[in-house]
Amino acid sequence: MASLGPTVTVSVPEAGHGGGSTPPHYGGDGGGPGDGYPDYGRRLRRARLGLAVALAPILMFFVSLVSAAIVRRGLPTFDGTTNTYMHDWIPVDLPFALLLFNTGLLAASSLSAEFARRQITRQAALAPVRSIPGVSLGRETGVPWLYLTVLLGAGFLAGQWRAWQELAARGFYLATNASSSFVYLLTAAHAVHLAGGAVVLLYAAVVSLFHKPIEARRIVVDVTAWYWHFIFLLWVAILALLWLLR
Amino acid sequence: MATLAPIHAHAAPQGFIRKYIFSLDHKIIGLQYYFLALAAVFVGMFLSLLMRIHLIWPTAVLPWIGEIKPETYLSLLTMHGTIMVFFVLTTAPQSGFGNYFLPLQIGAPDMAFPVLNMLSFWTTFVAFVVLIAAFFVSGGAPLHGWTGYAPLSALNNSGPGEQLGADLWITSIAIFCIASLMGALNFITTTLDLRAKGMTMMRMPLTCWAWFVTAVLGLLAFGVLLSAGILLLLDRNLGTSFYVPLVSVNGQLMGHRGASPLLWQHLFWFFGHPEVYIAILPGMGVTSQVLSTFSRKPIFGYKAMVYAIMAIGFLGFVVWGHHMFMSGMSPYSAFAFSIMTMLIGVPSAIKTFNWLGTIHNGRVRFHTPMLYAIGFVSLFVSGGLSGPFLAQPVLDIPLHDTYFVVGHFHLIMGVAAIFGIFAATYYWFPKMFGRMMNETLGRVHFVITLIGTYAIFMPMHYLGMAGQTRRYSQFTEVAYMTRLIPLQTFMTYAAFITIGAQVIFLFNLFWSMFKGPKASDNPWEATTLEWTTATPPPHDNFGGRTPVVHHGPYEYSVPGAAKDYVMQTDPAGVTAH
Repeated sequence: MASLGPTVTVSVPEAGHGGGSTPPHYGGDGGGPGDGYPDYGRRLRRARLGLAVALAPILMFFVSLVSAAIVRRGLPTFDGTTNTYMHDWIPVDLPFALLLFNTGLLAASSLSAEFARRQITRQAALAPVRSIPGVSLGRETGVPWLYLTVLLGAGFLAGQWRAWQELAARGFYLATNASSSFVYLLTAAHAVHLAGGAVVLLYAAVVSLFHKPIEARRIVVDVTAWYWHFIFLLWVAILALLWLLR
Repeated sequence: MATLAPIHAHAAPQGFIRKYIFSLDHKIIGLQYYFLALAAVFVGMFLSLLMRIHLIWPTAVLPWIGEIKPETYLSLLTMHGTIMVFFVLTTAPQSGFGNYFLPLQIGAPDMAFPVLNMLSFWTTFVAFVVLIAAFFVSGGAPLHGWTGYAPLSALNNSGPGEQLGADLWITSIAIFCIASLMGALNFITTTLDLRAKGMTMMRMPLTCWAWFVTAVLGLLAFGVLLSAGILLLLDRNLGTSFYVPLVSVNGQLMGHRGASPLLWQHLFWFFGHPEVYIAILPGMGVTSQVLSTFSRKPIFGYKAMVYAIMAIGFLGFVVWGHHMFMSGMSPYSAFAFSIMTMLIGVPSAIKTFNWLGTIHNGRVRFHTPMLYAIGFVSLFVSGGLSGPFLAQPVLDIPLHDTYFVVGHFHLIMGVAAIFGIFAATYYWFPKMFGRMMNETLGRVHFVITLIGTYAIFMPMHYLGMAGQTRRYSQFTEVAYMTRLIPLQTFMTYAAFITIGAQVIFLFNLFWSMFKGPKASDNPWEATTLEWTTATPPPHDNFGGRTPVVHHGPYEYSVPGAAKDYVMQTDPAGVTAH
């Protein structure tokens, strides 16, 4: 009764596919079951689209916390002892030097994440050349940018922990006052998101030891690197807010 | 040109666990969501039955449950609302039918991220278990209402059920937020990236548009609910003061100061209003689909319907203040929210008139799905019309927190959206299970449910105008409310009958799964892509081939065509579209 219409014919893939960093189709090793070689270019675009979509709720989450902080700062509070309304926003004495150092670490990690992303893109592009028998491109002597990113990210998290200890030493705990609550909340929420990204990067780095196809690993690193840049910019925005709210 | 091969390219799974438990197949996941919602709706209905019994016989001692104390009544209504809004209305229409049919209707072999899809279902399941656990912990379920207003919800000594029960409630909702965000991500990416060749956005069925816009709403709203819930957990357990100002409980000063309970209201309703559009939009999409199919006519004004869905979605984000007219907000803010709320009536009316335009002069086939779709239109109008009343701050002042509001949202969410689920069930059952549901049982179920739900919820408008307050467990002590008890009694008996009639549906559903007459691939003679494939669809949906689309989704009764419907994959040339 119903027809599916003419099926799409598979065109023979050519070398030098388009531009950009899409890896060319090579070989005909049959891939998985179904229709042969998986289209990593399409997978990458889909993963990037997924990331762009995922960043929206993360942004909404932080926007709601930020707007709560801004409103709270301006909110008059009823003081039981004087029976009047007063502003009780006591700015937190933030260890800005330490926070700026942490920011530097995160900036460096964003840089190394970008180098890692480009490095694996080159590796993925060159992979078919390596597979040609008799061709040698020399040994890979690249800097381990991926591990470096994870290390710098861990350094940032350690620095944030140190900043919390410093805050506690100055007498500012989570429930001390409204502004300290928001400081801990914003930095903790950011740290959680960063740690998630670091775990994924570590997975991408470690899984290279298990010989997953490089194109698949490239997608993971690419998407996570973009996520990493977002998390870095988010941190700059949070730091700027903490500076403005003091 | 690149091949359009399935990109995830996993083979059909073997073994019971991979096939039915941790399945990556969107069809199985859709059914898992559907059956979770089915279990949840019966739990929620049972709770509402207890509430209705208590309102009429407040001193009754029920078997096994005992006497329902006032605080227990509040717990019942809290859990009833939470279960129904989250685990039925946000789950079945979107995650249930959307997961099953979005890939099929756009010609895709699966959702964009199948593993994420599987995770999002099981995360929802965990959220449900955590919520139900609140009944069984010491103190019982929370009593702060599904809206969870602070400071009642933010103090763990504010009442029975407000200790561990409330923590579990918040945790469950937080887990549900994450599950919903994962699902929304999948829906949006799938709709944007996995459409088959020829399936442009403006050739998508309106169900796909509804699922897409609903997913966008969920994407932007659930993050805010998550932050609200986290702040609430911090206030309750770690002594922060986000929501709780200077309060004393039982004469003892709590350590909080300087916060605003209004913050919770803003954060909650910024989520809460898009949430109710999340609950209704998929039902609107299904109604458009079913009305067109069974009127043998294209949907009237397809483009207007698409723009109306988008308008409803967008406007849904700027009206949250209409839940807060009684919170002491500036009248200017109230005016702004009021205008925007009334503005939503415009795209809603466009959709309603277009539905009527679809049926008008059609050769209508009154099968059960069509009955439910028509019922949806009726209930959407009935429930929707009381919205503009409540949108006037002046009218909301006497009507807020009365049964008028309860009647309004039950007619829209508790009946119209449910009718959308019923319409979808009866419509897509043949495709999902390869058999037809029983028409006679379907019609009996429809008639009793339609009349019964009108009988339960229409009188609530009168009760509200008469001043009957919501969330009161007993009316016998308040003189002016005792006159309204006969009407409440009528509503309770109507509830008995209506809930009883759902057993007919349950029987029809499960009996037909195994014993119903076998269905052909396209029993309703519909045009959309899910009807081009086998019944039930194979693992990769289209049997290894990719559909190519040449037509719009609602080409019924095309002049000059051989049959009174042109399928989307039929060769081009029958109509220019």
